[in-house]
Amino acid sequence: MKYIKFLLVGIFFGIVLTKSEAVSWYRIYEMFHFQSFHMYGIIMVAIFTGLIGIQLFKRRGIKNTEGQKIQIADKDKGVTRYLAGGILFGLGWALAGACPGPMYILLGAGFWSMGIVILGALSGTFVYGLLKNKLPH
Amino acid sequence: MDLIYKPFPWYLSGFLIGLVMLLLIYMGKNFGMSSNLRTLCSVFGAGKYSDFFKFNWKAQRWNLMVVLGAMIGGFITVHFLSDGSGVNINPETIAQLSELHIDAPEGKLLPDAVFGMENAFTVKGLLILLAGGFLVGFGSRYAGGCTSGHAISGISNLQLPSLIAVIGFFLGGLLMAHFILPFIF
Repeated sequence: MKYIKFLLVGIFFGIVLTKSEAVSWYRIYEMFHFQSFHMYGIIMVAIFTGLIGIQLFKRRGIKNTEGQKIQIADKDKGVTRYLAGGILFGLGWALAGACPGPMYILLGAGFWSMGIVILGALSGTFVYGLLKNKLPH
Repeated sequence: MDLIYKPFPWYLSGFLIGLVMLLLIYMGKNFGMSSNLRTLCSVFGAGKYSDFFKFNWKAQRWNLMVVLGAMIGGFITVHFLSDGSGVNINPETIAQLSELHIDAPEGKLLPDAVFGMENAFTVKGLLILLAGGFLVGFGSRYAGGCTSGHAISGISNLQLPSLIAVIGFFLGGLLMAHFILPFIF
């Protein structure tokens, strides 16, 4: 039962991402060609909403539903892993037209070929796990 | 009624996505979709091959529930909450795509030239989808996050590493969209 709330958040997320068309291969292509403001608007408003919310959480010392004060761990410092990993991710994002969230959403929506993309994403994750200690971070 | 059957405008979409992240933080969790790929690798037994997958994946079950929900949400929207009038992309984009022999949206979320069954299961089509997925999976784990974890969560928490990652996302995306895609299609 304690998982129901996460299922509900997921359903809401799936609806929003589909209604926003952020799951559309076309929207990603259009974004990378700077031919529409749509995706940039979505990302900027999402960040702005998050920024305000996180500041409110922190400044008011709001507790989460587990009863702990909300704290968000800082990301580890560094450049190489973020830039190199980011570029590889971006190449895939523009090719498949989907980042991880949309992959699941589209599969659920009945776009079966998205299963191939997810299979690729799982293998990519697996290979990263194998090479992790040999890569510069 | 427009809200029920038409696509959401960008400002509403962005606001609601930000809300999803805040909701998860409020529930004591975080907004990160790519980490589910690592969790799934662990579930399938990848811990035998690398310590990276040896962790208590059961603690991540909540996130798998988010994924399951997201799939249901996608199903609901495509089947009950749209009238097929969406994906009104720039006509210039459509013209460009037709030069690459990629079909226009006409209400579809995905091009048949990439995702249609008759194309997805050719050798070339299969390689495109597998390679795209592979790069997303490998890149997001290497960078420690994807669009949700870095672009939305990280930047809204003012994390410099996330900004660097997002700059990487766009460098890679621009490279693919402008210089590689034209050679593929």
